Amino acid sequence: MIEVRDLHKHFAEVKAVDGVSFTARDGEITGLLGPNGAGKTTTLRMLYTLMQPDQGQVLVDGIDVAKDALAVRRKLGVLPDARGLYKRLTARENIDYFARLQGMDESLIRLRCKQLITALDMADIADRRTEGYSQGQRVKTAIARALVHDPRNVILDEPTNGLDVMATRSMRRFMRQLKEEGRCVLFSSHIMQEVAALCDRIVVIAHGRVVADATPDALRAQTGETNLEDAFVKIIGSEEGLAA
Amino acid sequence: MKTTLTVFLKEVKENLRDRRTMMSALILGPLLGPVIFIMIMNVVLTRELNKADHPVKVPVIGAQYAPNLMDALKQQGLLPQPAIADPESAVRNRDADVVVRIPQGFGEAWRKGQASQVELIYDSSQSDTASTVGRVKGMLENYSRRQGVMRLVARGLAPAMMAPVAVDERDQSTPQSRAGLMFGMLPYFFVLTVFMGGMYLAIDLTAGERERQSLEPLFANPVPRWKILLGKLAATCLFSLVSLLICVVAFGFCGKLIPIERLGMRMDLGISFAAQVLLMMLPLVMLLACLQTLVSAFAKSYREAQTYQSVLMIVPIFPSVLLSVTPMKIADWMFYVPLLGQQVGIMQLLRGEQVTAVQLSSCVVTGLVVALLAMALTAWVYRSERLAISA
Repeated sequence: MIEVRDLHKHFAEVKAVDGVSFTARDGEITGLLGPNGAGKTTTLRMLYTLMQPDQGQVLVDGIDVAKDALAVRRKLGVLPDARGLYKRLTARENIDYFARLQGMDESLIRLRCKQLITALDMADIADRRTEGYSQGQRVKTAIARALVHDPRNVILDEPTNGLDVMATRSMRRFMRQLKEEGRCVLFSSHIMQEVAALCDRIVVIAHGRVVADATPDALRAQTGETNLEDAFVKIIGSEEGLAA
Repeated sequence: MKTTLTVFLKEVKENLRDRRTMMSALILGPLLGPVIFIMIMNVVLTRELNKADHPVKVPVIGAQYAPNLMDALKQQGLLPQPAIADPESAVRNRDADVVVRIPQGFGEAWRKGQASQVELIYDSSQSDTASTVGRVKGMLENYSRRQGVMRLVARGLAPAMMAPVAVDERDQSTPQSRAGLMFGMLPYFFVLTVFMGGMYLAIDLTAGERERQSLEPLFANPVPRWKILLGKLAATCLFSLVSLLICVVAFGFCGKLIPIERLGMRMDLGISFAAQVLLMMLPLVMLLACLQTLVSAFAKSYREAQTYQSVLMIVPIFPSVLLSVTPMKIADWMFYVPLLGQQVGIMQLLRGEQVTAVQLSSCVVTGLVVALLAMALTAWVYRSERLAISA
């Protein structure tokens, strides 16, 4: 479970995140929805301890990020916005490297590698150098690398960005599988349909603030729109109206 | 420890697969120095040796006025060439190294017992002609002295009257120390090799990873950043150390290829020399790896890091320049200064002198201390929030 309380972060004059609070529960998929530049990536970076919040608190499975960052990172599987594979290593070597940094032992590494390569259907590419991979193959490798230590909580920053239809569908299937395994899945997106298709709970962020936090059905009811996309536009739009 | 080892092994494996790094660290960097060195030395030495052995061809104007002088010069190895019309411009245009001109009145002055004139026409700004000029001048002085002695004897005077002071030179240089003078640039080659050997790794492992956006996922792992940094530094050190090793061995072979003993010099680049050089350079390997990584940590891209490295590369030149511009007596305090210590230490070894245990240990210990400080500084910079973020 990931709990976020009143998070703030600014860069020079810009308030990137300005009071974000929400909770992502185990066994649920929580979607962080917002237009480009709303503060989604910055929020996620504070969750996986890459950045320090100016103010506010993050708890992962009850552990405070500010107090024990290493313990928090152990409980998280992270697919950052930047996939950053090592081009001169094979997919398997990429996964193996992160597994070792997680402190896993040899037999467990081999087992998890095999499981993930099967689950992500990447057996045919696993022993090829990642240089020249397609976008989909790259994301698969990065996800396998992020989940090798079998974390309870999974953070995915724009996981379907740049994927074609087939790859997007298999990514969705994989996320549902993570949810069925009882994990807490938190992902960010700026695509309405995707969030609607997957999420148990939607957190809408605009201008660094949470403007809505509800189930998809509740969101529709709240705005009086039957179409989620219209609901989204209405939420963001009204907020922009307020800000102006 | 396990984390550092994991990072170290991965970086080594990854870079062994990179042809550019391998070329630069293990072939170009360490071998360029020795190859250039052999080439330069061979050209210089063969030219010097040729000049000393072979007869000098010198155009002589007015040879017919002084047949005796000409005979004496021929005996000393001068090959008179036919007279040329414009000796001044011939010398300036490098058509001749030096031209001898004997005026018409030479014989008459000689018979009267006066000083007869001989002109030497040369251009001292053309330094490669200096040895020819010197030889011809020596021949003329030689002839003049002998004739002077004969004139004194003919008048019944002791030849010692002409030389009230006899100068006896006692050169204390050894064959090795003369060689040391010649090989003053050797220490700089070693430093440069260490620099080149680690440079591509230092750039790639920090600025390169940042540019390829792989630092962010890497730092999401549950390990402290300084342990990751140590692994990266260790990999950088390994490459520059191997590079240095190749360079030192190559110079060892070099010593055998250069016919230096024919100039009355000796150079010992054997195992004991190599071992002491490696020991002295060890802290420098660490220090440079830290500095290169530190500089890379400020760069957002590979290219930017390369620019910073080329600025950093100027630093090791300072001690070499300092020592060649203001030749100082080697003092003990110099061994406490990293870079300078290595420079004077290696120079001392080349001159065939001992580097004492105190000098050696002060050089190594202060080097290590400074390297550790640089490491701490780099680790501090590595904690920066911005480092992981590429865009």
